[in-house]
Amino acid sequence: MNLRTPEARGPAAALLHIDWTRCDGRGLCTEILPELLARDDWGYPLAYGYGSAGAGSNVPVPDTLLAAAADAVSLCPRQALTLVDP
Amino acid sequence: MSSTADTWLFPAVQAPVGTARLTAAPAADYATHQSTFGPLPAHADSAALLAALRDSGLEGRGGAGFPAWRKLAAVPARERARRRRVVVIGNAAEGEPLSQKDATLLLRSPHLVIDGLLTVAGALGAHSVYLYAQASVIESATRALAERADASAIELREAADTFISGEASAVVNALAGRAPIPQDRTVRLTESGLGGRPTLLHNVETLAHIALIARFGAAWFRSVGTTGDPGTRLVTVGSDGHPSRVLEVAGGSRIGDVLRFTGVDTGSLSAVLVGGYHGAWLPAYALEARLDRADLAGFGANPGAGILMGLGERRCPVAVAAAVASYLAGETAGQCGPCVNGLPAMAAVLGRLATGDRDPGLPGEVRRLAAIVTGRGSCNHPDGTARFVLSTLTVFADDVTAHLNGHCRKDHR
Repeated sequence: MNLRTPEARGPAAALLHIDWTRCDGRGLCTEILPELLARDDWGYPLAYGYGSAGAGSNVPVPDTLLAAAADAVSLCPRQALTLVDP
Repeated sequence: MSSTADTWLFPAVQAPVGTARLTAAPAADYATHQSTFGPLPAHADSAALLAALRDSGLEGRGGAGFPAWRKLAAVPARERARRRRVVVIGNAAEGEPLSQKDATLLLRSPHLVIDGLLTVAGALGAHSVYLYAQASVIESATRALAERADASAIELREAADTFISGEASAVVNALAGRAPIPQDRTVRLTESGLGGRPTLLHNVETLAHIALIARFGAAWFRSVGTTGDPGTRLVTVGSDGHPSRVLEVAGGSRIGDVLRFTGVDTGSLSAVLVGGYHGAWLPAYALEARLDRADLAGFGANPGAGILMGLGERRCPVAVAAAVASYLAGETAGQCGPCVNGLPAMAAVLGRLATGDRDPGLPGEVRRLAAIVTGRGSCNHPDGTARFVLSTLTVFADDVTAHLNGHCRKDHR
């Protein structure tokens, strides 16, 4: 399923907030959420659609990926991720 | 002190006329301040202050331009009612090297800043009040605070000497005794800031305007300036990287007029950097634009903290921008991966372009890196740096082309 554009993802059920002061680019979240996150030149998570306002640090998560996003939050070795209300 | 005694001690004072408002007092001492502006009125409650600020249209003068009343309104009502818990901070960190207006204000009119702090603190019942200022003004601020009996609650703290020291969460960290760098936030400081308490942080110029609005009202405030940018603003004017003069001007003044007033020959400029190193270039043909949001929006600029820096037409803008980008890369707090890695990478590519590398892919690579760093940090340092760099590529497209062709004949000092 291609969810790499905001239109394809539909409305956000939650926002995946990235705390950049904690993240050190281990990349686990990008393996759990390949539909939402790529890696940038240095390995840090890069949200598809990052150009739109605020989406770079607060990634819209559709309902269908909510469980995977919760996994990413609990498995992040740096505890850099949280789910917040859209 | 009763109002009768106030009237007796201080005969009615006229509201300042014209654009000399923050700069109306001929000297910085408390007696001159009182004879110029009259006494600070009894504190309004938070609802009355909020209404006055909303009617005034005052926007924050720290750079972001957030309406002053919205910040006050963002302190949760339950906290405004509980009083005492709220923390009020006057911010004069002014880490931007091209700005001198906050330091100038604290040297010339420190008592307006103190009045503004007391007005906001009084409206919220705040007992924790801070003034966070750079080293150069600590002595005069200390003297001003000692001159009056009502300022004993204000705690003066010296600001860190870094570009990002004035970022709101960095100020809160510094006051909490931590490193003066930004923090990740999912809630606003007005909800949970210093020590977990609701924290209201205003730029010191914003506070000085609040002190005058408390005295003379919203209609008086709006009697100068434009509908889009009411009141006056302090601006720092300079050329070729050297801030030279701080002026108080009417909101919405034409930028060319402000520059010419300070003796800058606008005919010799290729552009003016508006808003400092996180700002954007206004090309020479647009110098008659007004210093307000509407006129500047098309250039990606806003009045911000009031910085106008002219660039002489003989200076190479690509070389200037590369130097600025390199400086900004060095001012990263070192916390966020995309900023730590992306800003030096972006500055390096711009540096190659500036120093004669004719690889046609360089401008595109700068744009790609700018897009990657934007919105991916705990503060707006990467965003502001990217904005400046992208503005350079857009406004100086001809100079970029000259570099790619090996034809730039401008001064690369």
